[in-house]
Amino acid sequence: MKKITSLAAVSAIAMGMASGAQAASATLDAVKEKGFVQCGVSTGLPGFSNPDEKGNWQGMDVDVCRAVAAATLGDASKVKYIPLTAKERFTALQSGEIDVLSRNTTWTQTRDTTLGLNFAGVNYYDGQGFMISKNLGVKSALELDGAAVCIQSGTTTELNLSDYFREHKMSFSPVVFDTSDQTVKGFEAGRCDVLTSDQSQLYALRIKLANPDSAMVLPEVISKEPLGPVVRQGDDLWFNIVKWSLNAMINAEELGLTSANIDKMKESSNPGVRRFVGMEGPKGSGMELSDDWAYQIVKQVGSYGEAFERNVGSGSPLQIDRGVNALWSKGGFLYAPPMR
Amino acid sequence: MPTDVKNGVAPSSKPKFWNDPEKRALLFQILMILTILGFFAYIISNALFNLEKRGITTGFDFLGQAAGFEILLTLIPFDATYSFGRTFIIGLLNTLLVSVLGIILATVIGFIMGIARLSQNWLINKVATAYIEIFRNIPLLLQIFFWYFAVLQPLPSPRQSIEIGSAFLNNRGFYIPWPEFHPAFMFVTIAFAIAVVAVIFLVKWNHKRQDETGQTFPVFRAALALLIGLPLIVYFLAGSPMTWDYPALKGFNFRGGATIIPELMALLIALSVYTGTFIAEIVRSGILAVSKGQSEAAHALGLNNSRTLRLIVVPQAMRVIIPPLTSQYLNLIKNSSLATAIGYPDLVSVFMGTTLNQTGQAIEIIFMTMAVYLTINLLVSLFMNWYNKRMSLVER
Repeated sequence: MKKITSLAAVSAIAMGMASGAQAASATLDAVKEKGFVQCGVSTGLPGFSNPDEKGNWQGMDVDVCRAVAAATLGDASKVKYIPLTAKERFTALQSGEIDVLSRNTTWTQTRDTTLGLNFAGVNYYDGQGFMISKNLGVKSALELDGAAVCIQSGTTTELNLSDYFREHKMSFSPVVFDTSDQTVKGFEAGRCDVLTSDQSQLYALRIKLANPDSAMVLPEVISKEPLGPVVRQGDDLWFNIVKWSLNAMINAEELGLTSANIDKMKESSNPGVRRFVGMEGPKGSGMELSDDWAYQIVKQVGSYGEAFERNVGSGSPLQIDRGVNALWSKGGFLYAPPMR
Repeated sequence: MPTDVKNGVAPSSKPKFWNDPEKRALLFQILMILTILGFFAYIISNALFNLEKRGITTGFDFLGQAAGFEILLTLIPFDATYSFGRTFIIGLLNTLLVSVLGIILATVIGFIMGIARLSQNWLINKVATAYIEIFRNIPLLLQIFFWYFAVLQPLPSPRQSIEIGSAFLNNRGFYIPWPEFHPAFMFVTIAFAIAVVAVIFLVKWNHKRQDETGQTFPVFRAALALLIGLPLIVYFLAGSPMTWDYPALKGFNFRGGATIIPELMALLIALSVYTGTFIAEIVRSGILAVSKGQSEAAHALGLNNSRTLRLIVVPQAMRVIIPPLTSQYLNLIKNSSLATAIGYPDLVSVFMGTTLNQTGQAIEIIFMTMAVYLTINLLVSLFMNWYNKRMSLVER
């Protein structure tokens, strides 16, 4: 797998080698021609994008990539995963190295408006928290004055952390690493007292520790971190495809569709389901997709609920509660526009 | 043939310009320059066009915006409210810090080991050889990881620090007492400046006296006494205008004094130990390049060992040593960018890493970073070339 550096990306932009976005569907055409979707993922974050022992990528973010592949190519396995550090991710997308970035990336104004990128939605509502070694006896983030904090560079986490400590008139020394693995290693070795990251990541990183019980996650959540897939600006059709692939997963859960029951539900007379599987309604022509694109997503990847339970919820070692990531009808934030 | 011979008479007029080697060369050079300029013009306009089309903000306005993040090691005041432009300076200073310290340390290690390798003493010779052969042949990045993860990280936590006098060593760094100067310390600084001037005059006077009378004066010892003694006397006369700030464990970490962070230690040790091996070999080759006849002749003239070394061997060896030594210095500066692997906040880590990510201005930032390394290295080259010229053999 080719690893992109910022430098290579810059020269790619300068030399004009990057696949441009001239035609409305340049990315879709390129994907169809290559026969796979190039998807930027993390370098290894359990529950979101992490290779299993057989080398297959799994996680919430990976399922977005698979949904896009199922919608565009009819086969969820036609994805090429490109692991990127937080620092590399945007240049990789800008230069055309990847078609979609699905790498626990926080949606912010700067990223959405100045980088030439578009966020296609939110697939996980997160917030920043702190993990601390139990034997320090700290119960609240407000007791962290003077602490050394391990942190991954190039993240919104870095900015929130400094805001939080400044607001509470506390000092800290930042110990900055490139990958989350290095960050955990630094925390384990005692280079820092605290590790800060999005809460979901903290649970994921905690199970990576040699002794997970030695660490605890503090109750404070200090920021909003809406995570979602990102595409290049200027290719609206591709933007729509990624946006609606995610929406389809959420709508599927709302309609009660799962990979197990969709074949049976297909026969139902529920108009919402009939529109979903492409027997009625807008189908896929507006996105240059086949009519059963949404059916393929649910059949091969599953609904949002399935993906959640499988990757981070009760079916995973992370055991994260649905919380705000439940459907709007069940007290959460998830609300996809209707498919009609 | 364009210039044919008419009626057997060679043309006395000027030949066509494509047959004139000088003009032809000029033509090709102009063509070459135009091609290169055109190439770069194309690249730049293409980049600007693509950036514009994709809605990526360009320009250097971001340098004035508030950074919003903190940096572990800052030589000048910095917090999250300072600008991105300031992060550039911070990164640059941190790069210069590790480069300058690294160059000094590598030079010391290199000269000692280079001379040790020529030693007649079996043990010293073999130790130097082993050092050079081991550290020269392991990739630098691995050595940085080794010092950081294998040597410095396993040190005890702050609460179990190793105590060395009033200094403390733990896995968060080396905490040392740091002097705090009071206003009256200015007099000590002035005394030191006076001592420096006095030493310069002393050296000149000694040269003149030696030229005239042939007698020498123990300048080195006198200069040392002057440089240390004079400020010391003034220091006590001014009432000891300096106190020490001792580090003490407060809360999570030590506070007070000065901290040498483990990232800096690991990087500094790795860079100087690695570059030191090359400098050792350069020094050895330089000394070996001076023929034995030179020192024999010096001895025959009655110069003792140290004077032979100082006046005859070293000046000639330096001519051989300096050019490759310059390359090693440049390598060390460039290699310091590996800092980002262990999180030392150098220019690449802070500016090309965090700042680039928070602003997304990839082209501007990478351009600035490259320009900085180029400038630093050109300045070092310039200085070393000047020094080389000074040291070179003056032929009469």
